[in-house]
Amino acid sequence: MMTLEDKLFLVRFQPDDRSHIHINSNDLCQKECPDKPCTFICPAMVYAWNKETASINVGYEGCLECGTCRYGCPRDNIHWVNPRGGFGVMYKFG
Amino acid sequence: MSQKNKKKQDIALAKESSPSKDKAMKDKKLERWASIPHEFEAIVVGGGPAGLSAAYTLAKGGVKTLLIERGDFPGSKNVMGGVLYSYPTAQVFPDFWKKAPLERPIIEQRAYLLAEDSAITAGFKDNRFFEEPYNNFTVFRGRFDKWMAGEAMEAGALLVSETVVTDLLYEGEGTGKKVVGVITNREEGTVRGHVVLLCEGANSILAQRAGLQEDLSPGDLACAVKEVIKLPKGAIEERFNVEKGQGVTIELLGEATLGMFGMGWIYTNKDTLSVGVGVMINELSRRGLNPNTVLEKMKNHPALRPLLVEGETVEYLAKIIPEGGYKQVPKLYSNGVLVCGDTAMLVNGVHREGSNLAMTSGKMAAETVIEAKAKGDFSAEALKRYKERLEDSFVLKDLKKYQNVSGLMQTNPHFFTVYPNMARQAAQELFTVNNVPKKEKQKKIIRDIRKKRSLTQIAGDLYRIWRTFG
Repeated sequence: MMTLEDKLFLVRFQPDDRSHIHINSNDLCQKECPDKPCTFICPAMVYAWNKETASINVGYEGCLECGTCRYGCPRDNIHWVNPRGGFGVMYKFG
Repeated sequence: MSQKNKKKQDIALAKESSPSKDKAMKDKKLERWASIPHEFEAIVVGGGPAGLSAAYTLAKGGVKTLLIERGDFPGSKNVMGGVLYSYPTAQVFPDFWKKAPLERPIIEQRAYLLAEDSAITAGFKDNRFFEEPYNNFTVFRGRFDKWMAGEAMEAGALLVSETVVTDLLYEGEGTGKKVVGVITNREEGTVRGHVVLLCEGANSILAQRAGLQEDLSPGDLACAVKEVIKLPKGAIEERFNVEKGQGVTIELLGEATLGMFGMGWIYTNKDTLSVGVGVMINELSRRGLNPNTVLEKMKNHPALRPLLVEGETVEYLAKIIPEGGYKQVPKLYSNGVLVCGDTAMLVNGVHREGSNLAMTSGKMAAETVIEAKAKGDFSAEALKRYKERLEDSFVLKDLKKYQNVSGLMQTNPHFFTVYPNMARQAAQELFTVNNVPKKEKQKKIIRDIRKKRSLTQIAGDLYRIWRTFG
């Protein structure tokens, strides 16, 4: 079976050096979000909980720009804007 | 080079694609931003089905139009299932099938109700769908939208890619407050326009910021993931039982979404399949599932597995689909601004229609702007005609008809679990030859059904379905 990583490897990205995704408050993630849906609902698995820093790691470079996280975050804690012009995902087929 | 020749070259570049040409186009774009006028009659934000239909119709109608796209080119960030409907597309681009990049005309539509290890199937095949004017086609948005953009440019619209609109530009206060342009992330990035058409897609950041769309909830949107899977030559004709060039769509219900509110699909392209699944975001959250996991399980269903054998995945894509329907349609117009397509929640989930509603809304918005221009009035009062047009058309009529479907499905999750299994058990009983008399079989089927759901409950479900879909 193909892993998600294998699939994402097929997608063309023009990565920016700055993230278009920011977590507003790490405190909210840690204290008021036991389920952390962003860590599993994202089709590209951009979000991962980092136990050591008690915060969400954001791998914005692999973001497919669908917007699922914006609506799926129960604490409305993800500040998501479009990547700068020309950056981000570039589909071949669409 | 003359202006006219320059434009011709731009259009040629937009239509074709190769690394060197792409680079040439990129250089052109940089050079162009500085040189373009920063005042237009209409500004279209977003090069998808809605925005491109709007830009083309506007330009054809003599409106000085700017189309702003954040991707490399219109289509590079666009995702769809991918069925394009012929009739509404031809209303914007007559005879498009003679020139546009298409995959296959669809001559057969199938639906599979999946339970574990089983499928109940239905379908309709008509060879007349293989003739002009066709019924629908599979397409790749990346190619088709690029083509539409070329048409819009040829009609006179100016395209600026790799540019993000970060906010709307306003003037005035209170009821007199109006949109007078857009702010982009380019240097000196403000562009003025009499009217702005918001065609930014389902992730409607600007419409929300402008207060036109309320904050949406995870129950209003589905998350869809898709793979484009390349098959060996000739495999599509063989596996889908069609003649050369003919296409098939299969909609997948029940186990395809692991019993969640949503739908899966397999569509045939020229030499690839589009295989995807969409599930409501709140259901994924509740079940703790990643959409790719749902897709992988679906691909492994024994009724689908043989269709995908030796397939090579060549792309993986994701998109959100507005499923809120009629009740979640935002404010469609205000002073100097119109909202179209997915941004306006114009998706008919029951019939998996979206791109046709988007294109029709873009066209109607453009027609309203052409009228408004003639009157010199871009106020909400004048732009109200856009909403009236949508209300008089299938767009809002269909959404209104199905306005309670999403609510019904979300409050009755057993529709996606109990009934598919019930149907499977009944069919299994009926089709298994084991020397049990048919009368006893029928009795057993009724008994099994009543164990899962009482006759009163079933009657209630049927009544609710009839009320909602009828």
